[in-house]
Amino acid sequence: MSTQTITAAPAKPRTLVDMNWDPITRIVGSLGIYTKIDFANKEVAECYSTSSIFRGYSIFMKGKDPRDAHFITSRICGICGDNHATCAMYAQNMAFGIRPPNMAEWIVNLGEAAEYMFDHNIFQDNLVGVDFCEQMVKETNPGVWDKAQRTEAPHAKDHGYKTIADIMTALNPFTGEFYRETLQVSRYTREMFCLMEGRHVHPSTLYPGGVGTVPTVQLFTDYLVRLMRYVEFMKKVVPLHDDLFDFFYEALPGYEKVGQRRILLGCWGSFNDPYACDYKYENMNAWGNKMFVTPGVVVDGKLVTTDLVDINLGIRILLGSSYYDDWQNEPKFVDKDPLGNPVDQRHPWNQTTVPRPQKRDFNGNYTWVMSPRWYHEGEPGDKKYLALDTGGGPIARFWATALAGKVDIGYVKATGHSVKIYLPQTAMKPEVEFEWKIPKWSNAIERDRARTYFQAYAAACALYFCEQALKELHAGNTKTWTEFKVPDEAIGCGFHEAVRGVLSHHVVIREGKIANYHPYPPTPWNANPRDIYGTPGPYEDAVQNTPIFEENGPDKFKGIDIMRAVRSFDPCLPCGVHMYLGNGKVLETNHSPMFGMMK
Amino acid sequence: MPKPIKEIDILWITAGLGCDGDTIAITAATQPSLEDILMGGIPGIPKVNFHNPFLAYENGAEFVAFFERAAEGQIEPFILVIEGSIPNEEIKSEGYWAAFGTNSDTGQPITTNEWIDRLAPKAWAVVAAGTCATYGGIHAMAGNPTGAMGLADYLGWAWKSKAGIPIVCVPGCPVQPDNFMETLLYLLFQSTGRAPMIPLDEALRPTWLFGQTVHEGCDRGGYYEQAEFDEQYGSRKCIVKLGCWGPVVQCNVGKRGWMGGIGGCPNVGGICIGCTMPGFPDKFMPFMNQPPGSLLSSHAVMTYGRAIHALRRFTQASLNKEPSWRKPGPELTSGYSE
Repeated sequence: MSTQTITAAPAKPRTLVDMNWDPITRIVGSLGIYTKIDFANKEVAECYSTSSIFRGYSIFMKGKDPRDAHFITSRICGICGDNHATCAMYAQNMAFGIRPPNMAEWIVNLGEAAEYMFDHNIFQDNLVGVDFCEQMVKETNPGVWDKAQRTEAPHAKDHGYKTIADIMTALNPFTGEFYRETLQVSRYTREMFCLMEGRHVHPSTLYPGGVGTVPTVQLFTDYLVRLMRYVEFMKKVVPLHDDLFDFFYEALPGYEKVGQRRILLGCWGSFNDPYACDYKYENMNAWGNKMFVTPGVVVDGKLVTTDLVDINLGIRILLGSSYYDDWQNEPKFVDKDPLGNPVDQRHPWNQTTVPRPQKRDFNGNYTWVMSPRWYHEGEPGDKKYLALDTGGGPIARFWATALAGKVDIGYVKATGHSVKIYLPQTAMKPEVEFEWKIPKWSNAIERDRARTYFQAYAAACALYFCEQALKELHAGNTKTWTEFKVPDEAIGCGFHEAVRGVLSHHVVIREGKIANYHPYPPTPWNANPRDIYGTPGPYEDAVQNTPIFEENGPDKFKGIDIMRAVRSFDPCLPCGVHMYLGNGKVLETNHSPMFGMMK
Repeated sequence: MPKPIKEIDILWITAGLGCDGDTIAITAATQPSLEDILMGGIPGIPKVNFHNPFLAYENGAEFVAFFERAAEGQIEPFILVIEGSIPNEEIKSEGYWAAFGTNSDTGQPITTNEWIDRLAPKAWAVVAAGTCATYGGIHAMAGNPTGAMGLADYLGWAWKSKAGIPIVCVPGCPVQPDNFMETLLYLLFQSTGRAPMIPLDEALRPTWLFGQTVHEGCDRGGYYEQAEFDEQYGSRKCIVKLGCWGPVVQCNVGKRGWMGGIGGCPNVGGICIGCTMPGFPDKFMPFMNQPPGSLLSSHAVMTYGRAIHALRRFTQASLNKEPSWRKPGPELTSGYSE
């Protein structure tokens, strides 16, 4: 770790110290965070995000059978691979021109709901939770620990922990009671998942056209009894996290600045409604708006669109600091979408990528992640390429769904300014209504809080899906698969919400084989580097100018506030590092080194 | 007989070309669970210190320090677990395909291969978790740009640890949770002298887990015997014609299920795509085509299977009727006599 002195503007003269964490642990995959910290002014001055793995999915998928796409792309991610399989299946359905039977859609929705329940649960309380546990708080902010011991938990009667310190103790890894409980919850929720999709994390029973799962009374009963255990668990978990997170605002005034960035959120929608979704691109706006999590782009707190066609056409993949050659002069795969709209050269359908391994250079190229942006006419000049983030998934899903005000299925309701979640009576607890309200900030604490609420939202949706599936079953509609033929030439796209945020798959089929395939999962949106215009990626942006509340100086510095900021995005780096399609052609790479602070 | 080991570290590198799915899988295991092993819940095993990035308390350099110390001989003994396939770093002039931590002298990432080179010779045992690490898997598919391979390809199939243990391969994409934890438990028993050398097959898999085919344990095998084959996904019959490779793939998931006895592959309607096999994935693709070998066998079973099925239905019909004496009325016809 080297130290260097650089002078710049703020209150006290800046002395920047290089502080690096590589790898960031308690996430999935390989992420490094490189910062320059101004200890005198107690803030992060610069941040660079780097990823250290390249695999090459889009390269080796070329020429393969398009029916294999969901089996292959599931392997992109070891915690939410099924989100990829599902999204690939959506793209296959569009490309093959098929609509699965209703029962298949309810089964997929039940599987994906279980994935959200499992994955948010293990990430929140076995990984993020450790950043808020007794051991960590004692080591980083002894003052906060003292206060936590004196602070009664407002919802103690709901979750059973008398003080905030008791919650923190329960979060200690392995020895903490709540830590071990959530680990166990992560298991029965995965059993729920396996009932619907066969295996966690790479499903065995998903196919283009539907599922191989056999719908029976036993199947849905086995799911429902576990679901109700989870519903009861959520009645404790939501108030527990509210208490913990509210305490941080109170104990550390200004904590809302940690991980805060401009409100630039993307959500690609989740849970198709089988009555609406025919997988036809031409109807995508209509069926997208019927999803049980509404797709949308939120800019500065305003809903810009809920139209999946707009969302699709706005996606741009930029370079600038990544180890690839450019494809600006490569041939286009898709000139116009099926509605006749022009498709940009930098859109995933048209991406041709050549990996170029090279030395890591923070003044030049420093990561395997590219820079996805969303093109928005409403912004000036270079600023039109918005660095949307997913906020780890839930905050963006809630924000878009709340503002759109479309979802209303009894167990959940979007009000235009909030999302209500209704959980029925369980064995030990009465019925409960939770309300997620649009927060004042897009910051670390609110990303984490939304995650907890979304666990409850997923469970509530699953109750509805279970009822719908049983209705189909009782009516004798047990068919789960629609036959199809792979066309010689086709294009397709799938939109979904991976656990940690937006997920799209774009496929081009030629001569019956995959000619181009590009998945864009959440982590490239969040973990990307400075783009060609110098715009930093969301992690970089959120960490830069984060104030430092940790009581340790540079010698014992753990970077806990930075860790909380980064983990609030639920990083999942295997997703960040696979989108490349190469033909071996060498091109000039353009990149502009952007070091705002360094003069 | 070596001295029983009292305390052992597990150093787990997830920075191969993988997805971390095997690490996630072991958090699902219950036979034994991670807590059972780490909190001393099983008698006869050493104290275990576990270093895996997904579950680590430490971050960055503080976490990498365990691996540095082990490479310098300061952590002894340890089990090295590798997850993800091993890229070929020799095929390019600079940069890295896979790396873990940063070299403080050069400021450049330390490749995963360098870590394996430094740690494997010092390990008490080396375990490959999941099919990427064992045999290359998905990332070693035809047309891959990284030259990915399995650990046995990289270290050599005859490689043995300093304790004389071959590379232990627990394949599966991802690994079946209990299969991995059970193998780990076996090694821990071996480390205290409570179990003999771990029995491995020619592909370095534990023989007790991978000695049978999926089909031999599949609860749909009976349909095959009766020549009842599905033509559509989503019914209960044998799915070999829909692309299932179960009859020839060595794996216990058809019988064991995925977790807690729930889920699996052909047993729950998912075609077996051969993910535990060294030939995965290329030799099984396109996955949704009927395996060529099964054309003959499923045809051969037709006459026998249909005849047997007809006879069974006949017998079954009779068994579905109660004996004639179970009825109301003044007369007893059960055959009882005083």
